[in-house]
Amino acid sequence: MVDVLTRPFVAQVAWFTLWQAVVSTVMTVGLALPAAYVFARFSFPGRRLLGALAIVPFVLPTVVVGAAFLALLGPRSPLNEWLETTLGVARSPLRLEHTIWAILLAHVFYNYAIVLRIVGGVWAQLDPRLTDAARMLGASRWAAFRQVTWPLLRPAVASAASIVFLFTFTSFGVILLLGGPRFATLEVEIYRQTAQLLDLPVAATLSLLQMGSLLALLLLYSRYQQRLAVALRPAPSPTARRPRGASEWLIVGGVLAMTVVLLGAPVAALVERSLSFGGGYGVGNYAALFGPASTALFLPPLRAIGNSLVFAAIACLVCLVLGLLASIVIARWRGLAGQAFDALLMLPLGTSAVIVGFGFIVGFGALGGLLPFDLRTSPLLIPLAHALVALPFVVRAVVPVMRSIDGRLREAAAILGASPARAWREVDLPLVGRALLVGGGFAFAVSLGEFGATLFIARPDAPTMPLAIFRLLSQPGALAFGQAMAMSVLLMAVTALAVLLIDRFRSGAAGQL
Amino acid sequence: MLRLDGVSVRYGEVLALDAVDLAIAGGERLTVLGPSGSGKSTLLRAVAGLEPLAGGSISWLGRDLAGVPPHRRGFGLMFQDYVLFPHRDVGQNVAFGLRMRGDRQADMERRVAEVLEMVGLAGYGRRRTDELSGGEQQRVALARALAPSPGLLMLDEPLGALDRGLRRRLTEDLDELFSRLRLTILYVTHDQEEALALGQRVAVMRDGRIDALQAAEELWRRPATEFAARFLGLANICSAVVSAGRAATPWGSVPVPGGTPDGERRVLLRPDGFTPVAGGPVCGTIEARHFRGERHHLRLAVRDAPPLVVHADWADVPPLGERLCLDIDPRSVLVLD
Repeated sequence: MVDVLTRPFVAQVAWFTLWQAVVSTVMTVGLALPAAYVFARFSFPGRRLLGALAIVPFVLPTVVVGAAFLALLGPRSPLNEWLETTLGVARSPLRLEHTIWAILLAHVFYNYAIVLRIVGGVWAQLDPRLTDAARMLGASRWAAFRQVTWPLLRPAVASAASIVFLFTFTSFGVILLLGGPRFATLEVEIYRQTAQLLDLPVAATLSLLQMGSLLALLLLYSRYQQRLAVALRPAPSPTARRPRGASEWLIVGGVLAMTVVLLGAPVAALVERSLSFGGGYGVGNYAALFGPASTALFLPPLRAIGNSLVFAAIACLVCLVLGLLASIVIARWRGLAGQAFDALLMLPLGTSAVIVGFGFIVGFGALGGLLPFDLRTSPLLIPLAHALVALPFVVRAVVPVMRSIDGRLREAAAILGASPARAWREVDLPLVGRALLVGGGFAFAVSLGEFGATLFIARPDAPTMPLAIFRLLSQPGALAFGQAMAMSVLLMAVTALAVLLIDRFRSGAAGQL
Repeated sequence: MLRLDGVSVRYGEVLALDAVDLAIAGGERLTVLGPSGSGKSTLLRAVAGLEPLAGGSISWLGRDLAGVPPHRRGFGLMFQDYVLFPHRDVGQNVAFGLRMRGDRQADMERRVAEVLEMVGLAGYGRRRTDELSGGEQQRVALARALAPSPGLLMLDEPLGALDRGLRRRLTEDLDELFSRLRLTILYVTHDQEEALALGQRVAVMRDGRIDALQAAEELWRRPATEFAARFLGLANICSAVVSAGRAATPWGSVPVPGGTPDGERRVLLRPDGFTPVAGGPVCGTIEARHFRGERHHLRLAVRDAPPLVVHADWADVPPLGERLCLDIDPRSVLVLD
């Protein structure tokens, strides 16, 4: 193990993983903070819609994000086509698809909503009169921000930045698709060692390194959060107001325009490319999805869509049953055991999809002799892995709601003649129902888009949609590219729809994630 | 000192302040009284420079304040729910204004101790603000506003979040503190007792305008407008024809002060001006009877007239349902226009 860790390429990979995560985090926070301010402090036409749409990138499958950035920045980009025709230059003047810029931009695109939601949420709760009070005591605008707003906002910024860092540190799909052979994070390297070089010991060592770093990170983060926490009294009334005067409208307009371009351009390019067919526009790429086996996939694309839907349904079901049972246990066991169990279930969040996939292969391989059948070849393996990845979301959605149910409601039901089981069914279940629906929706969306773990464990003849997109994108040719675009658009639409529905549901009694 | 000329503030379509004129002399204490939404807080925020003016001008010591940002006006503002900085302790909250103007550490500490002493919180400097009771937080907010010795101290419902007993006591404390420091005060409240106790003059606001502006005693004795009278709780107002020294109100014929010209007038009967007189001009049945310690608050049902409010400080108030006849002192009959 020490032998593996001291190899120069490991240091290179670890260094790249770290610095790209740091730079991505700084860029994301820097670009999203102004938007958090605008969304927290101002009301403007379309604010709700824009706020809801802004979370869509965050829930998009990584493969779709990769595909969207290939559509925007790759050789077949509409930008490039436009540059070629107007400048009359040779092929593709703008080649960003295998550069660090594509990776960083995709990370900003992907994680923008985290900062917007977390920091914006706290900012909106921050009483604007705190700034007024500072101003009246002689603080300039900038001094008031530095002395009052920023210290109060800092825990939220740190929290959002930590999450962004965690996600970019474990980034896999985006880097695999956009980085090309030159860039590898620990995740990508684990995959390469396993799938391409078949060097499991190196992969295992890298996995341990990865998990160790993540653990250290989480510990650091929780200590920092405890030190900084300041109890905020929420602002008495909604704090957002209409912008006043030209300068405020300019700020709001500018920030919104930047947000729309940043988040909209890749999606727009993806849709545009998916409709571009044979020199013009049409639905040819979509029609091809329903056609016979393509040369890239060796099977009809429709099969991948079917696989994805079936897997997602199973994963969702497994997640709901397990999540409900686990939540009951966590909500009832208030002591150390409950906390430990809670932490155990959060583990998949703290590790990464690739490690889950790798663990499934290695773990069930080791179990191989004990079980009467080989789970590694079972088609159930994929939904099980998806359920494991999605379980923390379900538990996070359900447990707070369960804990918030007033125990006296159950007592009231008992006094009115309900048995404990009946009381639970009549009181708890309906109240938890919404949260369960939300959690189930997340599980479905997560399963649909899951890429890292699936790449490890899916059999070649039963790919899911993200895998099919990945394979299509690694093929040369306009047809495969077009089909990949079309399938990405379908996957994006289904996921976005699921999440927007969830978002509407959540604005009720459901818990928080 | 402070002068407002036709000051207007607009929130979108709503005109929160509508061409307000106002002048406050140095060392004067002016309270602004009005229902919520009447624009009184907006008035403070406009003077503070926190709301842009849609029209008019504000000047201080003869200098127009247009373009002077809030932190350079040298005014103090105390907020209703205090808005203490949650990430700083009591001493740091109070020192904030001193730090902003760049005081030396030693001067700062001396001033903070002095101001905390002044508001009765000596030794509280190291406490966290969320450990304090509502009354203590109120004092910290006051100390924070006082510390930089502002030329004009504005207070926005500073006692609004406190319970009644504490409010009474703090009103007296504030009164004494203001007198001692000879501050120029602009004080906003919706509570008439506070407004009368703390203001030398009182401005009654209504829909973004100043409805009445009078010395406190004068306002209580003879409110200049019907709105001001109703806001002070004087509800017995009606139209009546005055002739030969009497007004024919729906409640009965009552005497008016000498020299009142004849004709149709708005007339106000003060509730504390009645005495029970057998065969008196105002008769009705006691419909409600609330004992308030010093006196009874009665509501009298009078035939073909709105209910009449009577404050009875005399002995032997008849029980509920009894018929009662009253006379009124002409000095308690006010002719409003």
